Amino acid sequence: MKMHFQLYRYNPDVDAKPYMQDYHVELEPSDKKLLDALVRLKAVDDTLSFRRSCREGVCGSDAMNINGKNGLACITDLTELKQPVQIRPLPGLPVIRDLIVDMTQFFKQYHSIKPYVINNDPAPERERLQSPEDREELDGLYECILCACCSTSCPSFWWNPDKFVGPAGLLAAYRFIADTRDTAINERLDNLEDPYRLFRCHTIMNCVDVCPKHLNPTKAIGKIKDLMLKRVV
Amino acid sequence: MVNRHVIGAHYGLRDWLVQRVTAVIMLVYTLGIVLFLLAAHNQGFDGWKALFACTWVKVLTQVTAFALLWHAWVGVRDIWMDYIQSAGLRLTMHVLTLLWLVGSLVYSVKVVWGA
Repeated sequence: MKMHFQLYRYNPDVDAKPYMQDYHVELEPSDKKLLDALVRLKAVDDTLSFRRSCREGVCGSDAMNINGKNGLACITDLTELKQPVQIRPLPGLPVIRDLIVDMTQFFKQYHSIKPYVINNDPAPERERLQSPEDREELDGLYECILCACCSTSCPSFWWNPDKFVGPAGLLAAYRFIADTRDTAINERLDNLEDPYRLFRCHTIMNCVDVCPKHLNPTKAIGKIKDLMLKRVV
Repeated sequence: MVNRHVIGAHYGLRDWLVQRVTAVIMLVYTLGIVLFLLAAHNQGFDGWKALFACTWVKVLTQVTAFALLWHAWVGVRDIWMDYIQSAGLRLTMHVLTLLWLVGSLVYSVKVVWGA
């Protein structure tokens, strides 16, 4: 099967500005996912740059904009794609080269919500226990692979990447706010009680639409807002 | 002035809540007016005038006008915050917006309570 691709190309050392390059590539029957096609393209043109690692939707390295929608190349079926398949880097982040973006700002926001359990109580002899119900609250939160598909599809993150935490960071924030073993819930809510950090979310739900793990950051953001409201009324 | 990102103004929840509460007020008032128009479609100007002669209608209208202006303040300020990066220019736009909204509020009092 022959497929037509248009890839965003930009090498800051050589190119004055980015451009789209056409590729027509003959695929093998074993090429099922978009990443397979990109690896085959890379064999033809070794100047093409993109990140990939696990090739099974776990590491989140190969997030990119595929025909206008963010997703992971390794779990995107080639048969689902309309041709020419337009591949661009994740929007809103600085491009380092071709499909590789600088994710510094994204991870800064992730670190700003302190993504770890804070508990200064003396450690029990065995582990800190949770009831099955309390543990269930963390389902749909801890599975995030930090691929940045959600945050880079969010206009609020495009406008204010330095101030708005973004859907991925807020999903992680709620993961620790909801954790009954964590004792810093008030500090965590204080950290987000700002017109930018949390409340720049206007519930347009692009994040839910693109999440390759089918998570729901908007729902988590709503739960953080509910807790803030509960705290003041 | 040192160039550092400063965040942490603690009015995020308040303004988020204000937008929702004022939206509900406007929705209820709009539905009430629509119901009146449907129920009194052939009363014409006299019916409309009689309705707005009632004090409670004036009070509700004034409350809704206030809700609209407060709602607009949060929304317009958000636009300035998103698109204007200079703090000085943003403050100027905030002040101008507030002046315009306060002026509108004063005028709404004249319209609702005037003869």
